[in-house]
Amino acid sequence: MKLPIYMDYSATTPVDPRVAERMCAYLTLEGDFGNPASRSHAFGWRAEEAAEQARQQVAELINADPKEIVWTSGATESDNLAIKGAAYFYRKKGRHIITCKTEHKAVLDSCRHLERDGFEVTYLDPEPDGLIDLDRLRAALREDTILVSLMHVNNEIGVIQDLEAIGDLTRSRNILFHVDAAQGAGKAPIDLQRLNVDLLSLSAHKVYGPKGIGALYVRRKPRVRLEAQMHGGGHERGMRSGTLPTHQIVGMGEAFRLARAEMATDNERLLGLRQRLWDGFKDMEQVFLNGHPEQRIAGNLNVSFAFVEGESLIMALRDLAVSSGSACTSASLEPSYVLRALGREDELAHSSLRFTLGRFSTYEEVDYAVARIRTQVERLRDISPLWDMYKEGIDLKSVHWIAH
Amino acid sequence: MAYSDKVLDHYEHPRNVGVFDTKDHSIGTGMVGAPACGDVMRLQIKVNEQGVIEDARFKTYGCGSAIASSSLLTEWVKGKTLDQALLIKNSEIAEELALPPVKVHCSVLAEDAIKAAIKDYATKQNGVAT
Repeated sequence: MKLPIYMDYSATTPVDPRVAERMCAYLTLEGDFGNPASRSHAFGWRAEEAAEQARQQVAELINADPKEIVWTSGATESDNLAIKGAAYFYRKKGRHIITCKTEHKAVLDSCRHLERDGFEVTYLDPEPDGLIDLDRLRAALREDTILVSLMHVNNEIGVIQDLEAIGDLTRSRNILFHVDAAQGAGKAPIDLQRLNVDLLSLSAHKVYGPKGIGALYVRRKPRVRLEAQMHGGGHERGMRSGTLPTHQIVGMGEAFRLARAEMATDNERLLGLRQRLWDGFKDMEQVFLNGHPEQRIAGNLNVSFAFVEGESLIMALRDLAVSSGSACTSASLEPSYVLRALGREDELAHSSLRFTLGRFSTYEEVDYAVARIRTQVERLRDISPLWDMYKEGIDLKSVHWIAH
Repeated sequence: MAYSDKVLDHYEHPRNVGVFDTKDHSIGTGMVGAPACGDVMRLQIKVNEQGVIEDARFKTYGCGSAIASSSLLTEWVKGKTLDQALLIKNSEIAEELALPPVKVHCSVLAEDAIKAAIKDYATKQNGVAT
């Protein structure tokens, strides 16, 4: 067992060795290094063939047509392209967009940008378990709404949205539905023949592919149009210009192919691991799970340990790589905006840890983690004045704090 | 986030963790910060007849730098008079622990904590709430 132990798979994943091996064949002089857009020689043809095969592999994971896949530099770019691209293309139809407070910054910041350009954005509150209430969404829809953007799986708490119900609703009103599926693809099934999703963002590095490559699914039936955000040559049917990075694309294709083949068994194993992790400390006092307990991806566990601050806990768990909803671990002093949006009090947001397990996590690692967590939480509670006050029966909300 | 060795040391082996009886006449208690900010420090001083701080205790809810700042402070105030303790500056704490800019506020809170503890002690001696 190697230390430190990696339990931050939602941040990024190591490239699967099988993926890395495939990618290497497209780099050097001995490999297929050609530009896929070079129509006139075999170097280009072979690279193009590889890129198209990868396109097929990505499409298969989500049951889409390969013609509906546009390569981008990652899910962040896909989010930008989807939201800005659709908003600008359909601006004459309406200027209202709906999203949710718990979305990834790539979605939120794109929306903010549009607000500065005359669009109106509604940021919905999720329910305390992280899921969107359909009635609230319905109530927010207007005559001039052109786009709804809601993520498939939340990166912090791992909850899975009901894409089918949301898609049915938006389609019935002729409103575009964009889904950021960076965290969900390869972990929870997506069937775009069944779902009324118009735009879907995908990331390679969340599912054992390389960083720096992603894709945007753009529906053809009914056809969705976008205003390109990257100009220069008209690649990807005019939607995204730029030479295709064959090695990256092959990597993403292989990663998605493996995900499709191994999703069920991976999930079963992850569920067992996660349950063991949770069982390891759920009997401790004042420990709370953040997000819906069942409707979440197998590998995610987001937990608040009350009266212990997140960064101090991470420091105590130095040989575990996890992330925290604590402000101290972000550059600002704000606690996780996702946990805040769920209605969690600030101190529980400060006290949270996100464990995300993955393909290479082991039982040995989980058992080690459980032992460390129990000891360290106890140690930190022993030096915490808030724990003392809780034990004395003092209601922290009734205290007058002298903050600065 | 790289922690300095001193911060790690105080964090691994915090000095003077504990509580004094708040009702004791020779004890001054200062509690600063707020759970919403992710930082709460409780600092207590035991002052003798000569007005010298002979012992100190702390408990902190906060990040490693906050724990280290308050632990260091309890070490520094021991043996000082109240006036001397009031002179301790957060910049000195930050420098000693090599706190990065984003963590300097932890040292500010520690300075607030000692001032609050001294004020509480003074209030007890005067028998008047200020």
